[in-house]
Amino acid sequence: MTTLPKDKTVPVAEGLVTWPDRPRLIGSTCAAAGCGTTTFPAQQSCPRCTGTDLREVPLAETGRLWTWTIQAFEPKPPYAADGPFTPYGVGYVELATEDGNGAVLVESRLTEADPGRLEIGALMRLTFIPLRRDASGATVMTFAFEPAE
Amino acid sequence: MNVAIVGIGIHPFGRHPGVSGLAQGAYAARQALADAGIGWADVECAFGGSMAAGNADTLVSDLGLTGLPFVNVRNGCATGGSALAMADRAIRSGDHDVVLAVGFDKHPPGAFNADPEDSGLGRWYGETGLMLTTQFFGMKIQRYMHDYGISAAALAKVAAKAFRNGARNPHAWRRQALTEEEIAGSPMISHPLTKFMFCSPGEGGVALLLCRGDRARRFTSRPVYLSAVSLKTRRFGSFEVFSPWLAPRRADGPGGPGGPGGPGGPTAEAARAAFETAGLGPKDVDVRQLQDTESGAEIMHMAETGFCKDGEQEALIRAGATEIGGTMPVNTDGGCLANGEPIGASGLRQVYESVLQLRGAAGDRQVPGGPRVAFTHVYGAPGISSCAVLTR
Repeated sequence: MTTLPKDKTVPVAEGLVTWPDRPRLIGSTCAAAGCGTTTFPAQQSCPRCTGTDLREVPLAETGRLWTWTIQAFEPKPPYAADGPFTPYGVGYVELATEDGNGAVLVESRLTEADPGRLEIGALMRLTFIPLRRDASGATVMTFAFEPAE
Repeated sequence: MNVAIVGIGIHPFGRHPGVSGLAQGAYAARQALADAGIGWADVECAFGGSMAAGNADTLVSDLGLTGLPFVNVRNGCATGGSALAMADRAIRSGDHDVVLAVGFDKHPPGAFNADPEDSGLGRWYGETGLMLTTQFFGMKIQRYMHDYGISAAALAKVAAKAFRNGARNPHAWRRQALTEEEIAGSPMISHPLTKFMFCSPGEGGVALLLCRGDRARRFTSRPVYLSAVSLKTRRFGSFEVFSPWLAPRRADGPGGPGGPGGPGGPTAEAARAAFETAGLGPKDVDVRQLQDTESGAEIMHMAETGFCKDGEQEALIRAGATEIGGTMPVNTDGGCLANGEPIGASGLRQVYESVLQLRGAAGDRQVPGGPRVAFTHVYGAPGISSCAVLTR
């Protein structure tokens, strides 16, 4: 289960995640016959078949790590996180759609930044991490994946 | 119609405080004109680009207001290759006989900080720290090493070769050879790639003067022919930089290059198209310049461009095949690793080096045996490849 900080939190962008109850990533699946391509974030047109009938669908909360790296230096803007900087993991996690009809590799922050603890094929679980405080004092959150086993 | 390259010019790559990118482009253009023995007024049309150093068509205020059509090209890291392709078409179409392709740039130190909105991505993608080319390079080679058994030692060997070649190249930026231990032991930037396995954004300028093949000998006794230049963008299922998501069924790259059933990524497609147009194949090539924004890219691009199968790189590199004196020389001028990447100029630098090699004028880094066929490949965000086949 994902746990969120007690104070006010807001997602980093509208439309990426269901919020605030049981947050999950929102993808979209192409409804064209024989296509079924899943995108993240949700989009209005299908880059595979060029169709324009896509339906939003929540993505599963766990999936396998497809590849990864560690971001070792602090990115320049538009990176916007409160300091001090610490290295973070980045990877692609293969997620099924919650209805089981599609799948997509989602690029995401990883909570783990130790190369010795990241392995292709490992099971990962969705979580949320704080980035910064916005002008209203709310904590801006983004999605991330953590090792699940 | 044949297209020939009859003049080449380069402004040294590196850092040049007080010299604008445009000035570096003008320097290269004058050198190319002098090489062909003509003046700026003889150029009928020009294509040029820079990412961060201003509009290339501004060069006319320096080189001369002759009224020629001058088109700005802006195509990410493939800007140079795209300018070359447009120049080539301007001649093949019969519209012009003498055309200039020019590229230059001047980037501040440090990694590129691309704007997500320029790539059609939400601002969140940059704010959360995902908008970095270095991460893509790390993740692509990480998966490739997992799938094809490429070692971390091979990554260090590629960089060591680049700096060795750069040390022999008077216009390279990094001219100091480094040991594999120094490279592997430098700070990790984006696992598994260390600092010295990455190229850096830099400065430089390159200009190439193209003309109708049947008129080449008016300008030079050593014409090099542009047998083919192709330009492709990504198809569904390829793994490209700045991708918030990927299709689980890969069309190329890690997890299944060239298939199953996929057409391959833009590099594989551009290479195939260039070879088909030229009527030549990878086995015919004597010297090749492959986009090496980092060590892993050179390794993967060797397979994507068709010079070997996936996984064969490890043995080829260990056997010295990719060295200047090897059976498959790659990046003889030190590549992006030793020259840095001034985006507008980078793809044209590869062609500059190819022309020198085919002329037999590459000095200390000349590939032995009188190379006859050269190949170039440049790759850019968000999934653009341009390949060229050159012959003499």
